[in-house]
Amino acid sequence: MTETVVAAAGSGWLRIIIGLIVVLLFSQLNALFLVWLERKVAGHIQLRPGPMEVGPHGILQTIADGIKLVGKELITPRSADRILFVIAPVLVFMPVLVAFLVLPFDQHLIIRDMNVGLLLIFAFSTFSVLAILLGGWASNNKYALLGAIRSVAQNVAYEIPLLLSVMSVVLMTHSFRFSEIVAAQHRFWFIFLQPVAGLIFFIAATAETNRAPFDIPEAESELIAGFHTEYSGMRFGLFFLAEYTNMFIVSAVAASLFFGGWQGPFGFSLGLPGLVWFLIKVYILLFVLMWFRWTFPRVRFDQLMNFSWKVMIPLSLANLLVTAVVVKLI
Amino acid sequence: MNEYISVLIMLFLAAATAAGMIVATSLIGPKIEFADKMEPFECGESQIVSSKRRFSVKFYLVALFFVIFDIEAVFVYPWAVLFKDLGWFGFVEMMIFIAILTIGLIYVWRRGALEWE
Repeated sequence: MTETVVAAAGSGWLRIIIGLIVVLLFSQLNALFLVWLERKVAGHIQLRPGPMEVGPHGILQTIADGIKLVGKELITPRSADRILFVIAPVLVFMPVLVAFLVLPFDQHLIIRDMNVGLLLIFAFSTFSVLAILLGGWASNNKYALLGAIRSVAQNVAYEIPLLLSVMSVVLMTHSFRFSEIVAAQHRFWFIFLQPVAGLIFFIAATAETNRAPFDIPEAESELIAGFHTEYSGMRFGLFFLAEYTNMFIVSAVAASLFFGGWQGPFGFSLGLPGLVWFLIKVYILLFVLMWFRWTFPRVRFDQLMNFSWKVMIPLSLANLLVTAVVVKLI
Repeated sequence: MNEYISVLIMLFLAAATAAGMIVATSLIGPKIEFADKMEPFECGESQIVSSKRRFSVKFYLVALFFVIFDIEAVFVYPWAVLFKDLGWFGFVEMMIFIAILTIGLIYVWRRGALEWE
């Protein structure tokens, strides 16, 4: 069915416009769903039911929360840098949607199958760090500033193992194009050929999205809320939306690079369409991210930095070298 | 049509959505201002010190290392795509490049620049 829709949309402007609107709606709905799922998972891990009152099993809880957020006052602190304070939430939200342009939901369900797809995602995901730094600095609050600085230090430290682990996949496929990377995993998913790279990618991605156990930038027990301490109402909501959309993106990239994207295991599709396979994988990875959060205690900042520079970077370099040698010899 | 125009459209659409949400809340939400409320948040206390103060130089060091290693990554990316075409020449070249960077990492490590107290 998706093929007919895609064929009807063609490849020109119409396809882009339809794609962008669908992506916009999907990312919002997905964020609402993920917030509910996170609370539900947290509840069940701690042996309590989680949200139950609004809708069946609390499924409408986040919609109620969203309506509440829209009705809240937007507070700008007196000593804040007004312009930067106002544009930071918009800037943090903008780049996360760009990644959806190149994500391969199915063989034909890619809005734009660019030859630099992977690079585009990493280029734009780095933007949100700048927006976080802007927001934290402009708040003129020391908790916000500390959170912002920590966020930048953490993001730059984990950016390198992230890029290097992806490189070993690129070495094997000779392409940044998502459709080619996924197609190359027709028989064996890259998680079997590149287990170390897959592990490094997933850990670094957890750190990049500021998720526990790497949620030092917003460690609520020491920094209140970190970089978004001063933000209220929908401005805070935008940071929140961006965080959950980012989680989806890193899981989607991990699913496409290491878990075969829209393809079933070992070339068996079991009659399920590619889109379903892709979403199953992404939501399993998202569940693992949430599982992490409610299982591991938060790491200390020195542990965080040492782990990146002394373990992840040497390991990813070694993995890259071994991959290069093996690919060369085969 | 240029491939990257869609990126621009997406950025514009995202900015419009975000700005729209904020404008909507600023129209609906209450607006009550008084002096204490507009103070920076400080767990109920008045702010004692300004937030514009010095922080650990360690953060600058991390930024410097990042620049060096990120440039490494930038160099390795095109190499990874053209790995087949470059043959043994490209392979040996890149091994030398990565070896130099690894020596740099070992040097930084041994000098204790990666230690956080």
